[in-house]
Amino acid sequence: MNGILLGILFALIAYGMALQWGVMNIINIAQGELVILGGYIAYFMFKAGIHPAFGIIVSPIIMFFVGWFLYKAVISRVVDRDLFISILATFGISIVTQQLMNSVFGSDVVVAQSNFGTLMLFDNSVVLPYVKLFSGVVSVVFALILILYMKKSRLGRAIRATAQNAKAAKILGVDTEKVYAATFGINAALCGVAGTLIAMTFTLHPYIGLPYTVRSFMIVIIAGLGNLPAVALSGVGLGVFEEFADFILGTEFRIAAVFMLLVVILVYRRFKLSKKREYLK
Amino acid sequence: MSRNKLIGYGLLLVFGLVAPFLFPAFKLQISIMWLLVVLSLTWDTQGGQMGYNSFGNIMFFGIGMYVCSSFHIGMFFSLAEWTEGGGEKTFLHTSLQYFQGLSVGLILSGIVPAIVAALIGYGILGLRGHYFAICTLGLGIAMGEIASGIELIGAGQGMTTPPWPKGIGGVELRSQFYYYLCFALMVITFLFLRWVYQTRFGLVLNAIRDNEDKAEAMGIHTMRYKITGWVISAFFLGIAGGLMGNMIGYIEPTEIAFAGASYGVFMVLMAILGGKGTLWGPVIGAIVFHIFKEGFWIFFLGWQYVALGLLIVLIVVFFPEGIMGWLREKFPERFGEVIDEADRKAQVELE
Repeated sequence: MNGILLGILFALIAYGMALQWGVMNIINIAQGELVILGGYIAYFMFKAGIHPAFGIIVSPIIMFFVGWFLYKAVISRVVDRDLFISILATFGISIVTQQLMNSVFGSDVVVAQSNFGTLMLFDNSVVLPYVKLFSGVVSVVFALILILYMKKSRLGRAIRATAQNAKAAKILGVDTEKVYAATFGINAALCGVAGTLIAMTFTLHPYIGLPYTVRSFMIVIIAGLGNLPAVALSGVGLGVFEEFADFILGTEFRIAAVFMLLVVILVYRRFKLSKKREYLK
Repeated sequence: MSRNKLIGYGLLLVFGLVAPFLFPAFKLQISIMWLLVVLSLTWDTQGGQMGYNSFGNIMFFGIGMYVCSSFHIGMFFSLAEWTEGGGEKTFLHTSLQYFQGLSVGLILSGIVPAIVAALIGYGILGLRGHYFAICTLGLGIAMGEIASGIELIGAGQGMTTPPWPKGIGGVELRSQFYYYLCFALMVITFLFLRWVYQTRFGLVLNAIRDNEDKAEAMGIHTMRYKITGWVISAFFLGIAGGLMGNMIGYIEPTEIAFAGASYGVFMVLMAILGGKGTLWGPVIGAIVFHIFKEGFWIFFLGWQYVALGLLIVLIVVFFPEGIMGWLREKFPERFGEVIDEADRKAQVELE
C-alpha cells in the first residue's frame, strides 16, 4: 500500500518529465531539484505557521515562474541543439540549485509535519497515515486536471501540436517559443506539487534530487512518451519495487537498487531491440 | 614529425620534469593537474572521438582507487582489520612491502576496471545517445552507493591508504615520487592515445561517431571497437584513480572515489572546454580549468559548487566548441583545412 501511494507520486513527477521530453525533446536532469525546491516552499510555509497542505496551491504557482525563468535564461538557448548539450546544461542547473539550496536552506534533513492522523484498517494489520492517502489523492487529482487541460484548453492543444510537429505548428501560427516556456513552467509546477507532498510525507534534503530524476526517467522509458495509464502503472510498480528492495537489501542499498534497476531495464530493452536490429535512440 | 613540433614536445617534457623544483609549493596541485589531464583525455576517447557521451566514467576511477589500495593493504595485512582501525594506522608497511604493494596495486587498478568495462560494455554500449548518457550516469552513482554499503572497504566512512614507509625520506620525497608517477602516467596516456588516433582504430572510432549505422554497413564490427575504446579509457582511468587515492591518502566513496558531482563532471567539462574530439583539446582544457579552479575557487569559498554549476551552464551554452574549436575557426590553415573563398562567400549569401 505504501509502495502504491509512493508510486502515484513518482508517476506525477514522471508525467512532467514525459511532457517536456515529448514537447521539447529535452531530458531535464534538474527535475529532482525542482521537486525538492517545491518541497522547500511548503516547508517554509510550515515554518511560517501555515499548514503545509496549502503548499499544493502556492508551490506550483511559484514553481511555474521558476520554470519560466529557467527556460528563458538557459533552456531556450539549448533547446534546438544537440541532446547532450541540453543534458549537460540541465545537469549544471541541477548542481547550481542543489548547492544554492544547501547554502541558503542548510543541509539538515527537514520535514513539514502535517499532523494528519493515521488510518487503521483490518484490526490494525494495515497502518496507513492519512498524509500518504492525501498525497495519493492529490496526485491523482492534479494528474486528471492536467490531462483535461491538455485535452480541452487552447494552450494544451498548442502544446500537443508542437509535440507532434514543431515546424508545422509554427507555420500554422503557434508561438512555439511561448509553448516551450509554458511546458517548462507546467512541468516545474507539477514538480512543485510533488515536492510539497514529499515534504509532507517523507523528508527533504538538498541532495536527494537526483534519485527523483532517475526514477521519473525510468518510469518514462518503461512507459513510453504520452502513454498515461502506463506511466501511472509503472510508477506504482516502481514504488512497490522500492519497498521490497528496502525490505530485502536494507535501506542503505535503496538508492543503489533504484539506479541498478535503471541500468538493468535499459540493457534489457537494448537486447530486446537489437534482435530487430534497432537501437534505443 | 616536424622539427618545430619535436622542439615543442621537448620543451613541454622538460617543463614537466623540472616543475616540482620550480614551484615546490604547488607540487600536489600540479600532480592533480596531470591526473585531470588523464581524466579528460580518457573521457574524450568516448565523448569526443567515439560520440558516446558517458557520465559514468568516474566509475572506473573509483574502482581503480579501491582496487589499488585494497591490494596494497591486503597483500600484507588483513583488509578488514585495517578498515576497522579507521583513521588510526595500526599497521606499517616496510619500504619494500610498500613499493611491492603499490606496483601490484597500480597494475591491478588498471586491469580490473578494464575487465569491468569489457564485461559491461556489450550491454551498455548498445545504447545510444541520451540513453547511454543516463545509463552511465546511473551506473556511476549506483557504484558509489554500493561502495558505501560494503563493510570490508570501510563503507560510508572510507579507508585510509597506507602511509609512506619510514626510513627512506620524508614527505618531500613522497610528493616528488607521486608527482613523477602522475606525470609519467599523463605522458604515457597522451602518447598512447596520440598513436591510437593515428591508426585505423582511431579512424573507426571517428566513423562510429559520425554515423554508426553506415560504419556497420561498411563491414566494421562496431561493437568490438566500441568495447576496445572503453577498455582503453577504463585502464588509464583506473590507474589515475589508484594514484589519486594514494596521493590524497584517504578514500571516501561518494566524495572522492565515485565523485560524480566533482571529478565525474570535471572530466566532461574539461574536454568540452578544450574542444572535444581533438587530441590537444582535453589537455588544454584540463590545464586551463584546473588553473581557473584553483586560482579563483578561493573567491567563492563556500559557494564553489554554485560557481561550478554556473560555469557548466555558461560553457555549454555559449562555448560548446571549446578552445580548440575556436582556434580552428580563427586559424583554419594551421589545422590543415583549405577554405575555398568562393564557396565561403556563396555560403554566406545563402544564409
